[in-house]
Amino acid sequence: MLPLADSLAAIILVALTAYVLLGGADFGGGVWDLLASGPRKTRQRDLIAHAIGPVWEANHVWLILAIVLLFTCFPRAFARMAIALHVPLTLMLIGIVLRGSAFVFRSYGGGGGRVFAIASLVTPVLLGVCVGAVASGAIGEAGGGKGEGFYAVYVAPWLTPFAFAAGLFALTCFAFLAAVYLTVEARDAELQEDFRQRAILSGVWVLMMAGLGLALAPHRDLVDPRLMVLTGAAAVTAFWALWQRRYRLARVAAATQVTLILWGWAVAQYPYLLPPDLTIGNAAAPPVTLKLAMIAVLAGAVVLFPSLFYLFKVFKGEKQKIESHETEVRGSS
Amino acid sequence: MSDLLAARSQMAVSLAFHIIFAVIGIAMPVLMVIAERRWQRTRDPVYLDLAKRWARGTAILFAVGAVSGTVLSFELGLLWPRFMELAGPLIGMPFSLEGFAFFTEAIFLGVYLYGWDKVSPRAHLLAGVLVAVSGAASGIFVVIANAWMNTPTGFTLLNGALINIDPIAAMQTPAAFPQALHMTLAAYAATGLGVAGIHALLLLKNRTSAFNRAALTIGLIVGAPAAVLQPISGDIAARYVARRQPAKLAAMEAHYETRAGAPLKLVAGIEIPYGLSLLAFHDPHAVVQGLDSVPRDEWPNVSLVHLSFNVMVALGTYMALVGLWAGWLALRKRDLTTRRRFLWAVAIAAPCGFVATEAGWMVTELGRQPWVIYGVLKTADAVTPMPGLIVPFTVITLLYCALGAIVGWLLYRQIIRSPQA
Repeated sequence: MLPLADSLAAIILVALTAYVLLGGADFGGGVWDLLASGPRKTRQRDLIAHAIGPVWEANHVWLILAIVLLFTCFPRAFARMAIALHVPLTLMLIGIVLRGSAFVFRSYGGGGGRVFAIASLVTPVLLGVCVGAVASGAIGEAGGGKGEGFYAVYVAPWLTPFAFAAGLFALTCFAFLAAVYLTVEARDAELQEDFRQRAILSGVWVLMMAGLGLALAPHRDLVDPRLMVLTGAAAVTAFWALWQRRYRLARVAAATQVTLILWGWAVAQYPYLLPPDLTIGNAAAPPVTLKLAMIAVLAGAVVLFPSLFYLFKVFKGEKQKIESHETEVRGSS
Repeated sequence: MSDLLAARSQMAVSLAFHIIFAVIGIAMPVLMVIAERRWQRTRDPVYLDLAKRWARGTAILFAVGAVSGTVLSFELGLLWPRFMELAGPLIGMPFSLEGFAFFTEAIFLGVYLYGWDKVSPRAHLLAGVLVAVSGAASGIFVVIANAWMNTPTGFTLLNGALINIDPIAAMQTPAAFPQALHMTLAAYAATGLGVAGIHALLLLKNRTSAFNRAALTIGLIVGAPAAVLQPISGDIAARYVARRQPAKLAAMEAHYETRAGAPLKLVAGIEIPYGLSLLAFHDPHAVVQGLDSVPRDEWPNVSLVHLSFNVMVALGTYMALVGLWAGWLALRKRDLTTRRRFLWAVAIAAPCGFVATEAGWMVTELGRQPWVIYGVLKTADAVTPMPGLIVPFTVITLLYCALGAIVGWLLYRQIIRSPQA
């Protein structure tokens, strides 16, 4: 069995994965909102709003959960990241605020789409930049206080071609996920076809960005080779399923692909939390805290998973009608 | 502006913004559930309309609250990395539990909001109840974390490091109960009377609106009892402060000299003999420590804390009186919705709870200064080494001002505007 600290690090990774798969797809929805085009422009946007509405807040909480568990269980890592990544994290927060408020505004006021869409572009890039900076090993050293001056300590660690490649990679992954999910959400063949094309196109972009990221990588062992093979298999399956219009299979394959990308990063980095010096073990809180955090997570999961299952069963089940939702959300005006 | 002041100001703006949404997010679901229950019983469409409007209001505020809450969870580290490094293992527990409570709230709010015709009426009402319960729970967990900063427990301090840590003992910190009680009642009192006050104002313009009458009644059902009980919880809280944080109590009362039988200063020149000793220790001869017992560099900002405290007490007293008036009228089975003077009193109470809540938080936060963890870590030692903090402070402030204006406009459109309009 894994030691407690490793298990909690794995749980944080699961929360982050859930945020990427669910919240990431919401960001991706914003990308397609911005790029909505053709004769079915309005219907595309309505579909995106419909898909995001009921699950938006719940998707968002995964990020809070990951952060809370990080500062509870690995306070040193949290403090270091908060210092070295202050600038991109603050910018990301601004993006989250703009996106959140524009989402509310759009659902209840009928405008704000442009802000929603632009914030949806910026926030995932910054999230990817932060992950890229951690993976490149720059945060471990910067947080330790090496280097002098504002630029060296607070900017240089993340203002790198690799970190930005990671940022763009995150953006394309989110857009890809959203397009694939929307092929399942769409209730008519034309809309389905729109998002099928977008899914295939963004899938190609994901591959190109992955290549760019690997080319710019500061060191070779960024991704675990075994998981890379599996990721490739998932990607091929996703393309094949999209080609064959087997959308449910495509959804599973795309989610698996993105999950494996994240886990490939985590496995390659293990046992480091912030390479090159801070490991899971030496960043961990005292054992009593870890034990209690684990109990809290398990108790929370007992409440959470049946509730989540219920939420998705009610709203993402088989026979949903868009019309009923439309009258619900905009009913008052 | 120094970096420390900028960081404190950014935290203050973020908290002051978030707390409004948190307060309404805790209490609004109760209003909405009462309205839905009444609709299910009476089939009076006014109640269905109210339940739906309040649900939309809850949704708007919850979505913004989720965002401002995310911002805060990051800001804890972005602005106070040393604090989080030290306190994370101790107060992470209530934050983790809060995360799950918040999650439950988000899930069932989704069910409630979009599930009117997708789940059974009973399941729908139950979803609303779960939103209300988990909203209250998440508020209580966050307040427990704050209580720990006021009365830190569950560790041994050794050379600036916390050892022998015990997160369960930290959660049982003495300030937890009085603070959580005071805050939860504040949420119900502020939101209940806030809603009642808005509809009282509308009733003064149009007496016959069944919609406004129903809204006023439900607002008072939630707000009036909480407002009446609040002074009692305030007394409990003040006595804890007197024993645990004498410097904060002294600042609240602008009490400079340590003495027995301390008087209570009301306004300049007027005092109640023995009043402060009575209030703080329920004993007219008790010794109340003054600011002279605290080193000068460990004083909080006395004038601000004192002013905030007086504002909170004055507004809270007014709200309690309005609550008593409402209870008295209800006991005598009078029609609350037609008495102009009463309606005016309720209308004036509408903003009071929110101002009092902000003032109360200023008392507890400014009163703890210069400590971030009382007696353990100074705020100045917790701040991030990053320079130029005035920039994020300015940006976040502008952003929140814009967001506040948008939310106000949306709420007006979605819930307050009468159906006839």
